Amino acid sequence: MTCEESKRLLTDYVDGELDLVHSLEIEDHLRGCASCAEIVKGDRALHSAMSLNNLKFTAPESLRRNVEAAVANAFPEEARSMKSNVKEFPRRERSWQWAFAAAAMLLFAVLAWKFVPQRQPVSDSASDEFVSNHIRSLLPGHLADVESTDQHTVKPWFNGKLDFSPPVQNFEAQGFPLIAGRLEYVDHKPAAALVYQRRKHYITEFVTNARGESDAAETHSNQQGYNVIAWTRDSMHFWIVSDVNLTDLEDFAHLLRNEAPTQPAKQ
Amino acid sequence: MNESGQREQFTQLVMPHLDAAYNLARWLVRNPQDAEDLAQEAMLRAVRFFSGFRGGDARSWLLTIVRHTCYSWLTRNRAAELAEAFDEEAHSATASEPSVNATGGSQYYSSPEAQVIAQSEAGRLRQGLDSLPVVFREAVVLRELEGMSYKEIAEVSGVSIGTVMSRIARGRERLREALGAPPPLMVTEPPAKGAASKGPMS
Repeated sequence: MTCEESKRLLTDYVDGELDLVHSLEIEDHLRGCASCAEIVKGDRALHSAMSLNNLKFTAPESLRRNVEAAVANAFPEEARSMKSNVKEFPRRERSWQWAFAAAAMLLFAVLAWKFVPQRQPVSDSASDEFVSNHIRSLLPGHLADVESTDQHTVKPWFNGKLDFSPPVQNFEAQGFPLIAGRLEYVDHKPAAALVYQRRKHYITEFVTNARGESDAAETHSNQQGYNVIAWTRDSMHFWIVSDVNLTDLEDFAHLLRNEAPTQPAKQ
Repeated sequence: MNESGQREQFTQLVMPHLDAAYNLARWLVRNPQDAEDLAQEAMLRAVRFFSGFRGGDARSWLLTIVRHTCYSWLTRNRAAELAEAFDEEAHSATASEPSVNATGGSQYYSSPEAQVIAQSEAGRLRQGLDSLPVVFREAVVLRELEGMSYKEIAEVSGVSIGTVMSRIARGRERLREALGAPPPLMVTEPPAKGAASKGPMS
């Protein structure tokens, strides 16, 4: 990477907004370029100074009071005083009702999950987002962002960027070479995105944190002609999105699931 | 949804971001009284438009309103400052690369300088931020003080992610220059370095 290219990307790099491959290239460049390295140091110093000296202003009491009054006025509560502390008690009672309702719904959801045959539990909007993300990453110029077939480089790159550790392997021997990895933000969560190739097609695997959620079996959906397979395992949600045929995608899902814990990729 | 449900929703979703709303207004207009008035005006608009809130990130939604309110006010009251900021941005965008500047000034960013920056006191940091053109200041405040992603900032500011990135880059470059020099002991004038480095972009 040239110095000029590096300088154009340093800001994204410092803010963790850069994809994996470019981040690695920047890090290579920084080792040999004092000028770029000093910019990074300066930006990081700036960041730490700004977080140490809390520079945020807090709303004055008068503003808070006025706004609270305006809120109470705009959304009047049935014959209740507008003072928020007066309704403290009834609100607490209501919170019990909510708790019961929530518990009932949770129970229902668990039962539904266990007994109803699953075809479409992936929320449509999430699934849609994954599909769009996959398509966007294939636009000219974007795929070039991401080139790496070394899972030993990819995996450490995710450390510290995610609060979980996605499995990273290369299935080149099985016909699904790993070509890229990047960080994404989908379904309101940070996600690891790994790109695999299947002949002329690409498959994007998204992994997000599912801490506290139990494993869930594979589910299929089809959006805009793209197949999506999703499952939950080891406290992580997995989504794979591609325009390859469903059989290939299912094979790939099996590879990811069955071999993930046991067989390290052969390279 | 009934009215009381709306109040509860507003209280839970939007009110926690009142400080963020005031903070943004305060940094955009740089004085406490106008900031309070504008934050209040924005909150009232948020109340009024709340039925149109379609879920998603309530903070971004609220800050979009705050920013809009503040920019309307700036247009009415400080049109010159606003025009200057956009002008400066346009110039920095056409100046082929910030790198020209940065490479030329690489001696400013030696490690001791990074240390000086890291040890900057609140007063100097505030002064540095205050002196940035408003669009750069806005991007740096949302990034560094609110910890927002480029995507969220782009949404609030109504610009592309690329523009967000270049505003943050330009803002930080200025701050590094202003803060990297040892703190002035007697004079409150910006150090010569800072002034000289502005040359190429204006």
